[in-house]
Amino acid sequence: MTTTTLTRTQVGVDRSRSSGAVFGSLSDIWAMTRRNLVHIAREPMQLSDVTIQPVLFTVLFVYIFGGAIALPGGGSYVDYLLAGILALNLVTSVMGTAVGLSTDLHEGMIDRFRALPMWRSAVLVGRSMADLLTSLLCALIVGLTGLAVGWRPGANDISVLGGFALVILFAYALTWVAACVGLNAKSPESAASFGFIVLFPLAFVSNAMVPTQHMPGWLQAIAQWNPVSAVCAGTRVLWGNPNPAGVIHAWPMQHPIEASLIWSVVIIGLAAPLAAHFFKKRTTE
Amino acid sequence: MGPELMIEAEGLTKRYGQTQALAGVGFSVPAGTILGLLGPNGAGKTTAVRILTTLALPDSGRGTVAGIDVAKHPGEVRRHIGVAAQDATLDPLLTGRQNLVLVGELSDMGRAASKSRATELLAQFELTDAADRILKGYSGGMRRRLDLAASLMTRPPVLFLDEPTTGLDPTSRQRVWDAIRELLGEGVTVLLTTQYLEEADALAHRIVVVDHGLVIANGTPQELKEASRSARVEVTLPAPHPEAVGAMAPLVAGPVHVSEDGRRLSAGVDAAPGLATSVIRALDQAGVLVDNIEVRQPSLDDVFFSLTGGHIEGDDEDGVDGVGDRAIAAADPGSDGGGRHELEGVRA
Repeated sequence: MTTTTLTRTQVGVDRSRSSGAVFGSLSDIWAMTRRNLVHIAREPMQLSDVTIQPVLFTVLFVYIFGGAIALPGGGSYVDYLLAGILALNLVTSVMGTAVGLSTDLHEGMIDRFRALPMWRSAVLVGRSMADLLTSLLCALIVGLTGLAVGWRPGANDISVLGGFALVILFAYALTWVAACVGLNAKSPESAASFGFIVLFPLAFVSNAMVPTQHMPGWLQAIAQWNPVSAVCAGTRVLWGNPNPAGVIHAWPMQHPIEASLIWSVVIIGLAAPLAAHFFKKRTTE
Repeated sequence: MGPELMIEAEGLTKRYGQTQALAGVGFSVPAGTILGLLGPNGAGKTTAVRILTTLALPDSGRGTVAGIDVAKHPGEVRRHIGVAAQDATLDPLLTGRQNLVLVGELSDMGRAASKSRATELLAQFELTDAADRILKGYSGGMRRRLDLAASLMTRPPVLFLDEPTTGLDPTSRQRVWDAIRELLGEGVTVLLTTQYLEEADALAHRIVVVDHGLVIANGTPQELKEASRSARVEVTLPAPHPEAVGAMAPLVAGPVHVSEDGRRLSAGVDAAPGLATSVIRALDQAGVLVDNIEVRQPSLDDVFFSLTGGHIEGDDEDGVDGVGDRAIAAADPGSDGGGRHELEGVRA
């Protein structure tokens, strides 16, 4: 390849991979992550999903349903609700991943990336990193709003942080499912419909907002095995908040923390390689 | 030894579903020159560019950039190329500067180097004032210039510009042309696709004309123009006149065509100053009255017609969408001494 050598000496290409491929991939991921964060900051809809919506949901649910809902086994509704609000916000916000990836594929931006000497999967990983960082912001806002309206965790700080981590991990796992959806969607709009068709039922048919004990029998069975229920129950345990699901015999309700972790790991293990596969398929011609 | 070839394509074929986008395209671009890939929409220009920029794999054939096989070592090829694609491929939610820095960082230039290079390019393309505005507010011309700037971030030795001025107003087009000409001074090799003969003429050292996925001509702009005759003159008379053809013949190249009603005469001409005046004077001296005279610059169609020497009507062997009734034979423009061929009906 004498031509190659000749070319390189001829033209002063001011870049190098001397720092190694791993560092190169990391810097690609970081560049893509920052780009996606700028997007979230500039798209009013996406930004309100992680800032205004959590405040609104927390305040509305606490003051509208707070007095009307009696927990089986007693306890304060606001203490019960907060884990559910956190899960609701984080689960529904993964829609942004699906829409964002679909938009990238449809705007031709992906062609620019593909012709650059970058680590291609940084498009996917950078997106999921940005979503993870936004989840952290969202969790912080939910926590602060909760404290303002009377939520009080009954456990030590480590355990409380563990509760947040449990929900964030689960939401992160769902971003990979959302990535699969976004990569197969015919348009950003159809990617958005995934949120309403899948994410909202997933978040609501659970113990996130109300204990499942009042639901019809068939719905109870679904709700008890819904991963969102396990995540909410696990978080309530870690936060030392009321967890009426503790008396339900279904395995995930008896072991909510383990169940949440298993769900999250299994979802990532299946959805992340699948997303990589779909990405490769969509970008090969 | 000849000049180093920075881009080489050999027998590239590519099929998308029913459409044979490329049916065996080959060309090469010597270092430091511009090749214009000229053809109408759907001719296969973009597909050829997509293959050479590693975005698509050929079904058969071989492409190399800077001596590197595009199918075998796409990652290595990407280090040597800059691409400005036909659809703007920049991020509408980032500012102009952020877009350039992102491209630089993803090309491993490092953040500091990316920033200073971005500032330099923004100034070069007269985008400094708009640098920190979001792309959504950019005009079409500004986006194209930024796209070009993005493709130059790494100072690539090989540049692919896919229809860089399509849809631009004349002023913006001129600015993009100026920018491309400047690159030549820096020793960059450019593959430029365009639908405009004028653009290829203005910028390219050599032109490859493609249609229906095949190369139908290959030569310098001068050779192409000679082969197609540079213009066509059309004269409309109030009534047929027996002396008209004889009066016009010495001034035009090739035969004079007469319409069925005998009132319209047309012929290929070599552009010359005052041509219309000479034709009218000659007709006047022969006692012919003239209603209208028009000197028409050649269209892309004229070039195609002149260059595709022998037509075989109804021949469909290239199998493109079932509409390829135009036989395509590689022509040698230099030896096409006969001027315009009788082509009526070929494209009716």
